[in-house]
Amino acid sequence: MPTYVLRRLLIAIPSLLIATFIVFTLPRLIPGDVVQLMLEEKAYGKDLEELRAKLGLDRPILVQYAAWLGAVGRGHLGESLWTRQPVLTELGRRLPVTLTLGALAIAVAIAIGVPVGVIAGVRQDGALDFFARSAAILGLSIPAFVKAIVVILLPAIWWGWTPMIRFVEFSKDPAMHLLQFVLPGTILGIASAAAIMRLTRGMLLEVLRQDYVRTAWAKGLRERVVVLKHALKNALIPVVTVLGLQVAQIAGGAVIIEVIFSLPGMGQLLVESIIQRDYPVIQGINLVIVGMIVATNLAVDLLYAVMDPRIRY
Amino acid sequence: MASTVQTLSIPEAPPRPSSRPRSLARTLRFCRQKPLGAIGAVIVLALIVMAVFADRIAPYTYDESVARMKPPGVKYWMGTDNLGRDIWSRVVFGARISVTVGFSTVLLATVLATIIGVSSAYLGGAYDIVVQRVVDAWMSFPALVIVLSMLAALGPGLLNLILALSILGAAGTSRVIRGAALSTMQNPYVEAARALGAGHARVILRHVLPNVMATVIILATVGLGTVILAESALSFLGFGIPPPYPSWGGMLSGSGRTFMYHAPWMALWPATAISLAVFGFNMFGDALRDLLDPRLRGGGGRPVS
Repeated sequence: MPTYVLRRLLIAIPSLLIATFIVFTLPRLIPGDVVQLMLEEKAYGKDLEELRAKLGLDRPILVQYAAWLGAVGRGHLGESLWTRQPVLTELGRRLPVTLTLGALAIAVAIAIGVPVGVIAGVRQDGALDFFARSAAILGLSIPAFVKAIVVILLPAIWWGWTPMIRFVEFSKDPAMHLLQFVLPGTILGIASAAAIMRLTRGMLLEVLRQDYVRTAWAKGLRERVVVLKHALKNALIPVVTVLGLQVAQIAGGAVIIEVIFSLPGMGQLLVESIIQRDYPVIQGINLVIVGMIVATNLAVDLLYAVMDPRIRY
Repeated sequence: MASTVQTLSIPEAPPRPSSRPRSLARTLRFCRQKPLGAIGAVIVLALIVMAVFADRIAPYTYDESVARMKPPGVKYWMGTDNLGRDIWSRVVFGARISVTVGFSTVLLATVLATIIGVSSAYLGGAYDIVVQRVVDAWMSFPALVIVLSMLAALGPGLLNLILALSILGAAGTSRVIRGAALSTMQNPYVEAARALGAGHARVILRHVLPNVMATVIILATVGLGTVILAESALSFLGFGIPPPYPSWGGMLSGSGRTFMYHAPWMALWPATAISLAVFGFNMFGDALRDLLDPRLRGGGGRPVS
C-alpha cells in the first residue's frame, strides 16, 4: 500500500507539470503581439525591447515557464491587467462561491443518485425503475443551462415569480446566502445524479446475482441487510470512480450556471476575464481548477485502494 | 434423402430481387429491439434534412425582419423575436450549425485520436509514456474551461470552435483507441504478419487499424451528442458562432434571455431544439453502440453507462 501511494503520487507529478505548462502557454497562442498592444494602449514602458526585457519575454519559453512556476510556488499569481488587483486575492473571493455550489451539486447527485439507483435495481422493471430510467435519460439530455432557463422562466410565466438575481454575502445574511445556492446547485447536480443512478442500478444488478449474495439470502437475512450491507458495498466501488469524473463535469458546468444565476464564482470570473482578455486571471483560474481535479483523481485512486481490498498494488 | 433434396431445389425458388427487403427487415428489427434508438435515429435524420435543405424548409431567411415579437400563431408558428425574425426559420438554420459543428468536430477528433492512439500503442516505449502523460494533462481540465481558454487564444468563429472542440475530444478518445490497439496487437496474426516480413505501415494499415475501427466508430457516434451540447453551451456564453447567424445556444442567450419574460417562445423553442438534438444523438449513439459492440450483444439490453 505505501508503495502504491508513492507510485500514484509520482505519476500525478508529471501530469500536473504538463497541465501547468498548458495553462502557461495557452495565453501565448494569441495572435498578435501582446507587448505591442500593452505599449500602445497602456504605455507601460519606453520601447518594445525594454518592455519585453522588463516582462522577461526575451528569454526562452522554458526559462519563462520555470520562473512562472517558481513564482506560483511562492504564491505569486501576478495581477489582473484590468483591475490591477492581485489574482490571488480575487480568486480567494471567488473560490468559496464555486466550492459551495459544487459541494451542493455533488451532495444532490449522491442524495438522489444512490438511493434511487438502489431502489430501481432491487425492484428491476418495476414502476419506479421505469420512471427513474426515463427521468435519467431526460436529466442527461437536457443541458444544465436549458434546465436553468426553463426553471427561471416557467414560474415567471405561470405565477409572475422570478428568483432574485442579486447576490447576498454570507456575512450579511447567512441563511439567505445558503438559500440562493439551492436552485443552481440542484440544477447542476441533476445530470450527475442521473449518471450515478444508472451506474448504481447497473452495478447492483450485477452484484445481486453473485454467489455470496445468494448465500446471504440462504442464511435467511432480511432484504435490507442483504442489499444494503452485502451487495451495495461492492456495487458502490465503481460509483466512487465515476463520482471523481463528475467533479470535473460539475466544475465545467458551474461556469454556465454561475453566469445564469449571477453567482460571483470562479466560472463567472473566467468568462469575464476571457471577454476582457485578462490573461493572468485566466491562468490563475485554470491553475486552481486543474489542481483541484488532479487532487480529486488522486484521492479517488487512493480511496479505491482502501475501499477494495481485492486490489493489491 | 435424395428426394428431399429434390424438393428444395434451388432453380425453383424465385431469385432474390434486391437486397432491399433484407435491409428493411434489419431496420425493422432495430426499431423493435431499440425503440429509443429508433426515435433517436428519426430525430437525427430530421436534423440532417433540416440542415441540408434549410433554405427550402424555412419560410424566411434567418435575418429577415417580418413582424416584431409575434406570439406563436398560424403564420409564424413559433412566433417572431425582438428583431422581427421568424423563430421557426432561425431554428431550421440553426440546425446547420449543430450538424456542421457536430459532424466535422467528431470527424477531426476521431482522425486525431486514431493517429495518437494507434501510434502510441504501436510505438510504445518512451513515446507512449510521454504522449500518455500529455493526454492525462489535457483530461484533467474540465471540458468547458479548457475550450473557453482555447477560444480566448484563438478567437471566436466556426473554424476555431471546431478546432478547439476536436483537440479536446481527441485526448479522451485516443486513450480508448490506444487500449483497443494494444489488445489487437496481442493477436497471433499481427506477429505472423511481422514474421512474414510486413513493414510497420502494412501491419498498422492492414492488421491493426481494421480491427480498431469498430471501437472508433462507436466512440464517434457516442461523441456526437456531447459535441452538440458543447457547441450550444459555448454559443450560449457568446463564444460560438457570431450573430446574426443563428445557433440554438446563441438564440437562448442575449436577446433570448432579455426578452424571455415578455416573449417566452423566444427561449423555449431553441431550448427544445437543443434538448431534442442531444437526446436524439445520445439515444441513437447508445443503440448503435449496443448493436456494434459484440461484448454487449445479446446482453438483454443491459444499460451500460
